[in-house]
Amino acid sequence: MGNQLFGYRRENGKVGIRNHVIILPVDDISNAACEAVARQIQGTMALPHAYGRLQYGPDLDLHFRTMIGIGSNPNVAAVVVIGIEENWSKLIADGIAETGKPVSYFSIEGNGDLEIIRQASWKAKEYVQWASELQKEPIELSDLTVSIKCGESDTTTGLGSCPTVSQAVDRLVDAGATVFFGETSELTGGEHLIYNRMATDELKDKFMGIYENYVGEIESKGVDLLGSQPTQGNIAGGLSTIEEKALGNIAKTGTKEVIGVLDPAEKPLNGNGLYFMDTSSAAAECITLMAAGGAVLHLFPTGQGNIIGNPIEPVVKITANPVTAATMSEHIDVDVQGLLSRTITIEEAGDQLMDVIARTVNGRLTCAEALGHREFVMTKLYRSA
Amino acid sequence: MTKSVQTETVVNEERKTSTHKFLIHEQGDHVGVATSPIQAGERVKGIYMSDNTEVEFLALGDIPLGHKIALVDLEENQPVLKYGIQIGLTTKKWIAGDYVHTHNIKTARW
Repeated sequence: MGNQLFGYRRENGKVGIRNHVIILPVDDISNAACEAVARQIQGTMALPHAYGRLQYGPDLDLHFRTMIGIGSNPNVAAVVVIGIEENWSKLIADGIAETGKPVSYFSIEGNGDLEIIRQASWKAKEYVQWASELQKEPIELSDLTVSIKCGESDTTTGLGSCPTVSQAVDRLVDAGATVFFGETSELTGGEHLIYNRMATDELKDKFMGIYENYVGEIESKGVDLLGSQPTQGNIAGGLSTIEEKALGNIAKTGTKEVIGVLDPAEKPLNGNGLYFMDTSSAAAECITLMAAGGAVLHLFPTGQGNIIGNPIEPVVKITANPVTAATMSEHIDVDVQGLLSRTITIEEAGDQLMDVIARTVNGRLTCAEALGHREFVMTKLYRSA
Repeated sequence: MTKSVQTETVVNEERKTSTHKFLIHEQGDHVGVATSPIQAGERVKGIYMSDNTEVEFLALGDIPLGHKIALVDLEENQPVLKYGIQIGLTTKKWIAGDYVHTHNIKTARW
């Protein structure tokens, strides 16, 4: 590769590759004020979402962890938090403030939208002008946290795009980077392969506990996943069973030992390396949780053509499906169909992806960024009170 | 006048003609994956990705890109291997060259 990488080193030493100033709603009813601020102050971005009221227990913990994690992500320079009530707004702002980055919070109750939009817009303007003068500096691959998750899989993902990501995962881990994979239920049929790669017996037990809990939760609804796993898109692409889908999925995780098992949106604590995170297999939920865990770049193999993006971490799409590469080319960052025609080797495909990773780090907009894909979806564990 | 720049999809330009129509992950697998659409009655070449050896089969059904071709005869309710690992069970008897999909294989989980 050889290209020097450049990134933003934040106050806590973590490195980002984008420089967002975000307007973060604590709850659904604060979306309107956040969006108004983002319309008013150029270069800022609101992150509207559907939740944040009357949640409780582990579901509320996950809401806070996700909000704080998104604000803390190194791709974010500064944050304006807006909520209806003061307490939860302050709690989230305080969590983000631990990174040392600029953060302010505003609460709408007793003020109204218009007054808060006025106050928050002043703060957002101050932050975005400050952030616009931050300079990138030389960084190393070891500074990066990268997430992986595939979608609209078909048999070509197992043949081409996932093994290409696997090449990148191994090279990144060898270089000292941190990588997250997840998709708990989609490991079904290959969960033993991941189990065997856990670094310790304790991690093995933790992983199987999480896996069995997720699958048990699905079975407790009196259903199996036959109707939704594989999805209709997967079946159209030639995948016949969830086991076949899982083996393709696992083909992107590289060959390294797994050094940690994370709860959804949890930050890694065991140092740099490969981590499993307990997530849904739905793309927007999964990537949002991984961004909240600190991932700054996402690698997304696709077969039939999932078009997902994320507001915080750039999503790089890789396909080996020649039809998808031809019919959906505006969504595809890396085309490795040569793996199917046997005109490139897997190492060459890995080189192509590493080159695009370097260029994306250094500022190239991904297809999803250029097309405005900013799917931001909170994971909800159960209904609110 | 418009000035255009190279679009950004990264693709390997060098592409030789290739004669295979399906790929197989591992020796011992019961299915291969079509990398081009296959028509019933066609004699098709496959390549094992693990060691580059080649095989040839007579396709007995139309097999779309990305869908599977049977490489062995299997009775009903037998384990099916791909990647050298079980991906499900046959739901009816197959013979080599058959089109394999949800009509003749199911998950072993449910």
